[in-house]
Amino acid sequence: MLPYPLLTLSLVLMWLLLNGFTPGHLVLGILVAVFASWAMASLRPDKPRLAKWYLLPKLFGIVLYDIVRSNIAVALIILKIGRRSHNPGFLTVELDVENHLAIAVLAVVVTSTPGSAWLEYDSNDRTVLLHVLDLDNEAEWRNTIKNRYEKLLMEIFA
Amino acid sequence: MIHSAADIPVWAAIAVAFFLLVGSGLALIGAIGFLRLPTFYERIHAPTLGTSWGIGGVMLASMIFFTVSSGRLVFHEILIGIFVTVTTPITFMMLARAALHRDRAEGNGNVPDKQNKSQVAQDVLGVNEPGNG
Amino acid sequence: MSAIILFTAVSIAQLMLAAAMAIASVRMFRGPRAQDRIIGLDTLYINAMLLLVTFGIGTGRVIYFESALVIGMLGFVATVALAKFLMRGEVIE
Repeated sequence: MLPYPLLTLSLVLMWLLLNGFTPGHLVLGILVAVFASWAMASLRPDKPRLAKWYLLPKLFGIVLYDIVRSNIAVALIILKIGRRSHNPGFLTVELDVENHLAIAVLAVVVTSTPGSAWLEYDSNDRTVLLHVLDLDNEAEWRNTIKNRYEKLLMEIFA
Repeated sequence: MIHSAADIPVWAAIAVAFFLLVGSGLALIGAIGFLRLPTFYERIHAPTLGTSWGIGGVMLASMIFFTVSSGRLVFHEILIGIFVTVTTPITFMMLARAALHRDRAEGNGNVPDKQNKSQVAQDVLGVNEPGNG
Repeated sequence: MSAIILFTAVSIAQLMLAAAMAIASVRMFRGPRAQDRIIGLDTLYINAMLLLVTFGIGTGRVIYFESALVIGMLGFVATVALAKFLMRGEVIE
């Protein structure tokens, strides 16, 4: 009946957010969402398997906190308040995570955090090329990617 | 429907003003950094200030303003926030890959090579981008 | 009182966002390379979107939200198409 329940639910929610909550729009939104998820089923995307979905809010909180922190750090670098020049550089990190969805989430997290950008993932030797605005402590950046994000993502998308 | 600014309480006005100024200030700082940083790969970091908390601040301000002035919960601005947060990394990743591809094809030598990446990445730190193209 | 606070904040925010748009278009004209111009365009439309939401707060109309949403979606598609063009030399393969 419903191939992608989460997609259907979020489409209904989006319809109601855009149009305002009335019973008529609820019915219309459910119709649109059901048809859209059937259309999606014929595209056959990989079905994501969430092993520990209750860890998602934790990931969300960590990422939100890191974005606030690095926003301040990058703003200070740009305004040169510390009178200390930054040290940009490339960084290669070997990844252990294999799930495509987990890699995509990691890429979005790394890029949307100011100060670090995901350039290129090589699926042959499973390394990723990053560019970091302030590469003072290379080991710390590796540690952040590996232990702070990747471990959690491997638990969520087991 | 038009909501007048005069009939919201002072605390809400202060909160709206705070988030609005934080958001637009971060967007401005991001744009300044985008102009001032010397190489392309450094410049790619600056606009993310505007697309993370720049957007977040302005959206929060708009949500607070319309919720307080209309007296019911308005949070459809969160759609723009989610949309931009999910799409901007894709744009930047594709642009960075295009830039890497172009720099490698032209042999500019300021980017790590595809083979033996980690070794080259160590060697080329801090080389400036030539201004051709 | 709250009207004065809001008016001042909205005016300052609009000035800052307009300055950000001007700076982004300076980088768009100066380049030096095509990828810099495309990121300049990206920054320009995101700041335009924020400016529209700020207009919405200033005038109290909800209609600006919808145009901001449309700008966000169209800008994303445009930037991705341009990035694809840079990489391959054609948009549709």
